Amino acid sequence: MEERKIEIKLSGVRKKYKLGSINRRTLQADIQSRWARLRGKEDPNLKIGVDDRHFGETIYALDGIDLTIYKGERVGIIGANGAGKSTLLKLLSQVTAPTEGEIDLFGRVSSMLEVGTGFHREMTGRENIYMNGAILGMSRAEIDAKMDDIIEFSEIGEFIDTPVKRYSSGMYVKLAFAVAAHLNSEILIMDEVLAVGDMAFQKKCLDKMREAAEDEGKTILYVSHNMNTIRRLCRRVIVLNKGKIVFDGDTEEGISAYINFGNSENETHIDLSDKIHSGKRQKTGFRAETLELCDKVSAIYTPEESLKLRIGLDLEKPFSGVRFRLTLRTGDDIGIGTAWTEAMDFESAGKHVFEAELPLEMIAAGSFFVSIGFYRQDEIGRNIPLDHVTRAFKIEVIGSPSWDKNSQGYVRLCFKNSDI
Amino acid sequence: MQQNYHKRITAKHRLLDLKLKEVWKYRELIGLFTKRNVTVGYRQTILGPLWLFINPLLTSIVHLVVFGRIAKLGTEGVPQLLFYLSGNALWAFFSSSGLGNAGTFLSNEHLFGKVYFPRLTIPISVVLSSAIKYAIQMILVFGLLIYYVIAGSVSPNYPAWPLIPVILIWLGLMAMGVGIIISSLTIKYRDLSVLVSFGMQLWLYASPVVYPLSTLSGTLKSVMLFNPVTAPIELYRYALLGVGTVTPLSVAVSVCFTALVLLLGVILFNKVERNFLDTV
Repeated sequence: MEERKIEIKLSGVRKKYKLGSINRRTLQADIQSRWARLRGKEDPNLKIGVDDRHFGETIYALDGIDLTIYKGERVGIIGANGAGKSTLLKLLSQVTAPTEGEIDLFGRVSSMLEVGTGFHREMTGRENIYMNGAILGMSRAEIDAKMDDIIEFSEIGEFIDTPVKRYSSGMYVKLAFAVAAHLNSEILIMDEVLAVGDMAFQKKCLDKMREAAEDEGKTILYVSHNMNTIRRLCRRVIVLNKGKIVFDGDTEEGISAYINFGNSENETHIDLSDKIHSGKRQKTGFRAETLELCDKVSAIYTPEESLKLRIGLDLEKPFSGVRFRLTLRTGDDIGIGTAWTEAMDFESAGKHVFEAELPLEMIAAGSFFVSIGFYRQDEIGRNIPLDHVTRAFKIEVIGSPSWDKNSQGYVRLCFKNSDI
Repeated sequence: MQQNYHKRITAKHRLLDLKLKEVWKYRELIGLFTKRNVTVGYRQTILGPLWLFINPLLTSIVHLVVFGRIAKLGTEGVPQLLFYLSGNALWAFFSSSGLGNAGTFLSNEHLFGKVYFPRLTIPISVVLSSAIKYAIQMILVFGLLIYYVIAGSVSPNYPAWPLIPVILIWLGLMAMGVGIIISSLTIKYRDLSVLVSFGMQLWLYASPVVYPLSTLSGTLKSVMLFNPVTAPIELYRYALLGVGTVTPLSVAVSVCFTALVLLLGVILFNKVERNFLDTV
């Protein structure tokens, strides 16, 4: 293997943020406080009886990042919200400076942290291409040479001389991507911008980026929560957790590492008393108190796993004929499916532990809200809720490699006699 | 592809690292920003660039009525409309450069937050686009000037005309210095952005724009000599209209002030620019 050229090198990079509002003061208050301190008096702007202990405390959004990325690599960056992904991209895009450490860039960086960065609404598509190119430090001649390719790729066609404020959001993102992908920068940074375009264009973009890396030797950094696009594009994955790199390596291994490094959003021990229960709870004396996702450190599952639940119950009296119900819904509140258990009996009052296991093999990919409930059938066979928690918790099922852009929906349907 | 491109970003910041070389590399961007500033404001308007003439003309007529007719301030024998129009054109250049720059960080927060380029390109392009607007307004001024020269009511100081571009650069640098100092401070103290347009108004009336320095006397005149815009305005009028009071003291004050605010401004600007996103 030929010697690889280093494109990006970070050593000991940290980025500190202050907690609390920075801009809560006016100039007058600042001068007043300083003047009072100068005279040895008490600061008149200190609040009395306010817990100020956390104010001014600092957190490290990035805490000692050492990273080397070589030319032509396609690197995916994944991690939970607040893990430091965006801060890392901001530092690399040079929109903010590190608190400690050094960053060496051996190529020009073109960043797309948001759709249509630097586009001016009143200017036409063509003018904006020039503007965007110039912002990236390119000469007019360089941009002219790429102009036709950009217009063709963007599918904007005759609208190129129309002010971009008249564009649809789809056209906007297409143009923005076309500009970023064609400009002669050596490093391309993308932050989930592809979420906006239509499916066909998303695919085109991913292919274009892969091509840019393979043929032109561009280096690509891509941040996404969508594991499928990460799989499609990246050959190396970096997992961030709390400002530190916890994994750096092969894509599939990285994705499973991400699953194991939980995040606060997808908690596994849930106190149900905080959640909204349906009104009957007090009357029935059947209370679900705690919920635990067994054998997991985060609520991220593969289809091969099972959703194992352990629910702590507190009953005022014995119950019989109780059935447990679990419903999966999407973020848009579309029901995906419901599972019922057989009727069971709780022969004594007091604490009980209920366990259930739901295989996820039919679930393809996506984030789902899980609602749980306990029901009892009345004399004529209707299900009467004893306790019900809507959206008790959220799970994420990450797709398998075979579930790509050509597969639709959330449920894996199987043909008869099919091996897949 | 550039093989030897290398850029190092460190936590340390040298105070005098003004990055002027990088600004020069981005000169095409300055050109584009300038073009944008000039053209975008008049898109989708009926009169378009005609507003560049209408604005100063209306202001000058107001000044003519208020200061010339009602307050009866002298114009050192120069026809009043020409006096106000030329003064207003220069002041408009100064104030739009200053005000435009005072909002650099706040109005470009979105762009600055997403992509890197030398931030100084924005203030420079603001001054350049103000200069272009000034040049367009000067068409009107020159038309009027030719008319009055033929009529024999003004006698310009032609040998001093090469000073006019120097004065423009001088005032432009001063406005930029003041503007970027304010813009660097508005990040932390928003109060300043409210104050700044009012301050510019005050500065106008405290400067010899709507009246000549020669109408003042005593302490007021001595104080006026310390106003840093007095010297360039009087010098400009001396060249263009053949009237004006220029003293070495006021020139020295103005030049020193310009150098100081510019240096301070650029240093402050570069310091703030690195981390402003975390504060804004």
